[in-house]
Amino acid sequence: MIQVLAFYLFAAVVIASAALTILSRNPVHAVLWLIMAFFNAAGLMLLAGAEFIAMLLVIVYVGAVAVLFLFVVMMLDIDFAELRAGVVRYAAVGAALAVALAAEIVIAVGAWQAGGLSLGRRLAPVDAETPNIEAIGKLLYSRYLLAFEAAGLVLLVAMIGAIVLTHRQRGDVHRQKVGRQVRRRAKDAVRKTNPTVGQGVEL
Amino acid sequence: MIGITHYLVVSAILFTLGVLGIFMNRKNLIVILMAIELILLSVNLNLVAFSQALGDLVGQVFAMFVLTVAAGEAAIGLAILVIYFRGRGTIAVDDVNRMKG
Repeated sequence: MIQVLAFYLFAAVVIASAALTILSRNPVHAVLWLIMAFFNAAGLMLLAGAEFIAMLLVIVYVGAVAVLFLFVVMMLDIDFAELRAGVVRYAAVGAALAVALAAEIVIAVGAWQAGGLSLGRRLAPVDAETPNIEAIGKLLYSRYLLAFEAAGLVLLVAMIGAIVLTHRQRGDVHRQKVGRQVRRRAKDAVRKTNPTVGQGVEL
Repeated sequence: MIGITHYLVVSAILFTLGVLGIFMNRKNLIVILMAIELILLSVNLNLVAFSQALGDLVGQVFAMFVLTVAAGEAAIGLAILVIYFRGRGTIAVDDVNRMKG
């Protein structure tokens, strides 16, 4: 009973926050609603028994990706009122397309219910004894090791790409040149003189 | 009792909202990226629901890979957004077609 209640609660909040994400006038609010949607989707996945994915969603999505969005929204000085201009014009076409898409999905679900679906063989059957995270860890580090490392490579490339794209050399700033500082010796910089009185030093 | 159909309905609604978001905010690149995140979230929900219903863990492993790619996509997308804004002073994607050439 409590599961059913929790499911409907999470599902309702996830859909409401997704709707508010795309409808908000202020993109900062949109990002906050997106975070809300991710939290509740994590709750839905917990209910389905996928603890690992739920925690990943909270840590990676809410903790990193959504905060990245928040940074970008707040750091760029964007005139959002101007960007909202075409919303009403586009809304009609978008709504028509969305309704068509939803109808297609409903038809597809109906067709799936008529036919039923069953796997002849489970690739990695769920074992009631082992906890979800342990089972996924075993799977990731054995059968899907190559795919796992490829995922790490994808993240590395994304990180390098983001740095290369956004890095810029500014010409109007003086920077410390550590190499020149270290290379400089005392004999280049210091001169001992013994001036006679009244003559002074020639530089 | 909650079955797989419930999950499929939720994720279908999420997917549709994501597509609607792309069409409604055609000028605002940030909201378009957020709508894409919503679509990927619905896909992940589908994968997890089927993994649970069929008793096969591979769906959850695949959901993790989808998450990885989505995180990379968000980072690169936002980086492109930042350099686009630096060059043009706006993020209106209506006139992105000037980039060709």
